[in-house]
Amino acid sequence: MEHNKRNHSALSAIFNEDEKRVDWHDETLWFVRSKRDRAVHNVPEWEQLREYGSEIKNHTLSNLDQYLIEFEKKARSNGIHIHWAEDAKEHNEIISEIIRNNQVKHVVKSKSMLTEECDLNSYLTSQGIEVIDTDLGEYIVQLRKEHPSHIVLPAIHLKREDVSNTFHSHLHTEKGNNNPQYLAEAARQHMRRKFIFSELAITGVNFAVAETGGFVVCTNEGNADMGAHAAGIHIACMGIEKIIPKAEHLGVFLRLLTRSATGQPITVYSSHFHKPRNGQQMHVVIVDNGRTRQLGRPDFRNSLKCIRCGACFNTCPVYRRSGGHSYHSAVAGPIGAILNPNINMQENADLPFASTLCGSCSNVCPVKIDIHDQLWKWRQALTKKGHVSSGKRLGMKMMSFVVSYPSIYRVAGRTGRWIMRYFPSLLANKTINSWYKQREMPVPPRQSFRTWYFKNKK
Amino acid sequence: MNSREKILAAIAINKPAFQPMPDVVVDIKYDYSVLVPQFLNILQINGATAVWVENVQTIKDDLQKNIAGGHYTINTTEVLGIVNEEININSNPAFLDPVEIAYISGTLGIAENGAIWLEESKMRNRLLPFICQHLVIVLDVTKIVADMHEAYKRITLGNEGYGVFVAGPSKTADIEQSLVVGAHGARSLKVYLLS
Amino acid sequence: MKVGLFVPCYIDQFYPRVAVATVELLERLNCEVIFPLNQTCCGQPMANSGFAGLAKGCNKNFVENFSNFDYVVSPSGSCVLHIKEHLTDENEDAALHIRRHVFELTEFLLDVLKVEKLPSNFPHKVGVHVGCHGQRGLHVCSMSELVASPFSKPEKLLSMVKNLQMMLPERWDECCGFGGTFSVFEEAVSVKMGKDRIREHKENQVEYITSTDVSCLMHLEGILRRKKSDIRVIHIAEILNAI
Repeated sequence: MEHNKRNHSALSAIFNEDEKRVDWHDETLWFVRSKRDRAVHNVPEWEQLREYGSEIKNHTLSNLDQYLIEFEKKARSNGIHIHWAEDAKEHNEIISEIIRNNQVKHVVKSKSMLTEECDLNSYLTSQGIEVIDTDLGEYIVQLRKEHPSHIVLPAIHLKREDVSNTFHSHLHTEKGNNNPQYLAEAARQHMRRKFIFSELAITGVNFAVAETGGFVVCTNEGNADMGAHAAGIHIACMGIEKIIPKAEHLGVFLRLLTRSATGQPITVYSSHFHKPRNGQQMHVVIVDNGRTRQLGRPDFRNSLKCIRCGACFNTCPVYRRSGGHSYHSAVAGPIGAILNPNINMQENADLPFASTLCGSCSNVCPVKIDIHDQLWKWRQALTKKGHVSSGKRLGMKMMSFVVSYPSIYRVAGRTGRWIMRYFPSLLANKTINSWYKQREMPVPPRQSFRTWYFKNKK
Repeated sequence: MNSREKILAAIAINKPAFQPMPDVVVDIKYDYSVLVPQFLNILQINGATAVWVENVQTIKDDLQKNIAGGHYTINTTEVLGIVNEEININSNPAFLDPVEIAYISGTLGIAENGAIWLEESKMRNRLLPFICQHLVIVLDVTKIVADMHEAYKRITLGNEGYGVFVAGPSKTADIEQSLVVGAHGARSLKVYLLS
Repeated sequence: MKVGLFVPCYIDQFYPRVAVATVELLERLNCEVIFPLNQTCCGQPMANSGFAGLAKGCNKNFVENFSNFDYVVSPSGSCVLHIKEHLTDENEDAALHIRRHVFELTEFLLDVLKVEKLPSNFPHKVGVHVGCHGQRGLHVCSMSELVASPFSKPEKLLSMVKNLQMMLPERWDECCGFGGTFSVFEEAVSVKMGKDRIREHKENQVEYITSTDVSCLMHLEGILRRKKSDIRVIHIAEILNAI
């Protein structure tokens, strides 16, 4: 596994080849974390809100089937069509069928991490449907044929020069004009035509309210609304965990969401959809795709409380210095590292190890997911299932043997220090000892503490 | 079993033991005497222009000035005079595209974050607050509440097909976290607080 | 007061001076300090690598060595946290007793011994590095992410030291990147994190970087020495023990 190219360690080593860029990436995201800090320190009841957010989600998960049924019933009576998808494939097929039945060719899509998870874009494109991602960040990565590197800030890995070059080739903006205002305006102008003439809009769902049968979508750009209100058909895609019981709970979650995400007190637009407008079709696709399996894992089920604010990304010192693409998944960062092994254990077995377990992620989480504890638990679960290199297993077995027997430990310690003192070159090898690549080994003292204690205190 | 049944059955088996729903009681930490100044202040931080006026005539004058200036201006609120009936629920996007300025009345405002609740029935068409280049919201000063919890006590969701909290002009920071106002929605937001 | 001194394996082998300082400091504060000679390791390296199951023998040995003390004290927040959270054994009562009575040095000094002044003198400019496990796990100081009143046990103790000039980096509670086996398996990010911590301390022109955790310091020292830096690392016990 350590030699797999698609692993976090190898990919982040590549990312770190350009140290200046790593510094820039780190500082840009730290800026967002700092904005979050300022915003939450303005809310004296912040920790109480987090507790409520957590308790509401715990309650909801414990009654999830009933709330989904309630939501479905209310939404249907509101005139919304409800669909259920067991997995990514069915999710894509349902959407594709709606598109086919209505002879649609052009689709505008606002941000939905679920559709990224299901790889909807490539599915529709392969059927000859034009899909445009309308969130500016998502649009940029779509033009570059990349994936979002962050769930809230999809193009955070790119510099303005990168965006300028991309827009120059696709939108014919002036070469070398890196002004974000100019570039965003170009996207606005281009996209406006797409909105006006689009036939179908796909959006995500931030919260679906069981009590009222409606759903809330939050954006700063207004792209979800431009799409949904212009198109004749609106499809909203949601994981089963997006349900909350009551409208009043939105008060808690909307207060938590954007402060955690970007440090704004609320997004510019928090849109509450309950009924299709006159003559419009409105669909909601409710998706499982492994979530019920995660619900059945007591150690990991509360990862389903996630409201996708991305705060754990911004605070994570590893994410900031390895970039979203090193997580090789739709959802990167600490939360991705505990969600993705559920989707595919083999492919994502490296992710729970991409952490120092510093615990900052759990502290910023607005719904109190014990992210770093779950990372630790995934490590145990993954090694038990055999997703570990034989070398690492052997090393750990040897260590276990040594530290289980005090006399062997003493001999090993003495021998180890002796080797380090007299044959330092054995360990001063950058190929076999990755510690030594950029760090000196500790200087081994002549005597261990134990020996000192024996001589001086016994 | 179809997918719906499969999903619901899997949840029934896998869900944790029932946990009670908490009663959300957040101690209001906001001083009501400063509610309105706070609302105005946060709106400005959000990038909006906020003006507190004593008399509706000020807003009417502003509307007339825009019309006289040749700007395609739409009024949807009766307090300001004649409503542009040609904009309605059936107006298509291409018809709305040229709208420069739209006047819409808000239902309530929130001091903690500057958000204003707009209801479908007041905006005439759901697309209007987004597709117009500049949005002007008129809000009664007595309709300002402290926070989101208060707001949801006063809104009955589901009565209308659509409602939205608007908290500023459309914006993005997707290019290097550099703030750009005027992403896809309205480029500016002006709020008139009316005594 | 009978205190069992728990010396993590890498301190025993590579940083005995930290354990010596801990013994001397505690003895000066009238503790009877006993170092059980058959102790080895807390088992964290295995557990954090996903092999908690392999820590059984190690745990058993730990319990055998430490079950007869009023308190178990260690100059390592990380190892203490591991024991507190994960020590299990067939002898459940003994394991539980240890988990409840194991303390990181600074919390022991303030919460149990109620230390209010120290005779220490350390005329140097010292940068404080907050070890994550001591902080977010054991709560030896407040955390920048939470909305709560600030406090810091290590800083409170350092403020008792004469002539010491304390410096905090701008990101005062960012992880240094050690992370146990992370330091080896995720070498590139680990080193980058360490370099970034060092850069901030360097900007503060400190002579020493101190911490409640030697593991963080070992990692930072490795980078400092490779860069031939003048900045040295020193465990908080060594400073508090300096007269």
